Amino acid sequence: MPCTGKVDVIHIMRSFEKGADGVAVVGCLEGECHFNAGNLMARRRVEQAQKILDTVGVGGQRAQMYNLSSSEGPRFAQYATEMTEKIKELGPNPIRVAKNKAA
Amino acid sequence: MIVADKKPIEEIIECLKDHKNILVLGCNECVTVCEAGGKKEVGVLASALRMNARKEGKEVKIDELTLERQCDREYLDEIRDSIDQYDAVVSLACGVGVQFTAEQYHDKPIYPGVNTTFLGATEERGVWTERCQACGQCILATTGGICPVARCAKRLFNGPCGGSTTGKCEINAEVDCAWQLIVDRLKALERLDDYEKLCPLKDWSTDRAGGPRKVVREDVKQ
Ligand code: SF4
Repeated sequence: MPCTGKVDVIHIMRSFEKGADGVAVVGCLEGECHFNAGNLMARRRVEQAQKILDTVGVGGQRAQMYNLSSSEGPRFAQYATEMTEKIKELGPNPIRVAKNKAA
Repeated sequence: MIVADKKPIEEIIECLKDHKNILVLGCNECVTVCEAGGKKEVGVLASALRMNARKEGKEVKIDELTLERQCDREYLDEIRDSIDQYDAVVSLACGVGVQFTAEQYHDKPIYPGVNTTFLGATEERGVWTERCQACGQCILATTGGICPVARCAKRLFNGPCGGSTTGKCEINAEVDCAWQLIVDRLKALERLDDYEKLCPLKDWSTDRAGGPRKVVREDVKQ
């Protein structure tokens, strides 16, 4: 996507519905959005999705928002590792587990 | 427009717990503008309901559809051929849409997916405020275009009351005193003399006090 401002709650929800274990939305640094507030809107949408995911028992922590600038390769790697660790801790997406069980 | 707010998903889940084939039905009008019941919200709710059902090990079919309006029969007719596949509908329209859908499909449970709140305007994205209570006899011509029925906590017609302080209402320091707004506006219009005129008793029979209301327009009726 050209800007995280385009990320909507439905994109995050559909990812989990399809079986994703986690979704990381990675936007530019806050205050440095080319479109002014795209990354701030994205953060609010991630928070919204987290609440819904908690309500339906998927776990809001599986959706995370990260910010970095495009030149920060090592930081991207650090966030990716962090996210992977977090998801490993949380285990597989319970929706996928339930789906497999039903199949 | 009619302003609505989302209902907590838990509440909707509880309503639907015994149903197996559910249609989440949005409306393309006011509830789309106030981001409570349009196509996007239908998608998010349907996805949440599907995940919840799946997590609980239930086999539930949840479909999504958004109609142009739910307060007109011609649009509600669009689901006439498909409604039998569902044993419940969650309508994300305002209370009018929910009821009109229920009237058209008498043997189908139609649950509300939003809380209909008021007739209002968009202050900014995500902020809506009340402007009209549809009292049935508009007096905005005499009050500088500001409605004391909708915006004065006491619905005063010859205000302000003694609780008006530095332009704010005594019910809440963040709420503008409607009568201060009226006076300011009349001043800007150089019509402060109008403020001196006593507003006569209002005929409330056109408001809800007269029971459910009806408008019959012979000029457009078929
Ligand atoms: S302070 Fe103003 S708005 Fe509030 S009740 Fe009194 S007249 Fe009405």
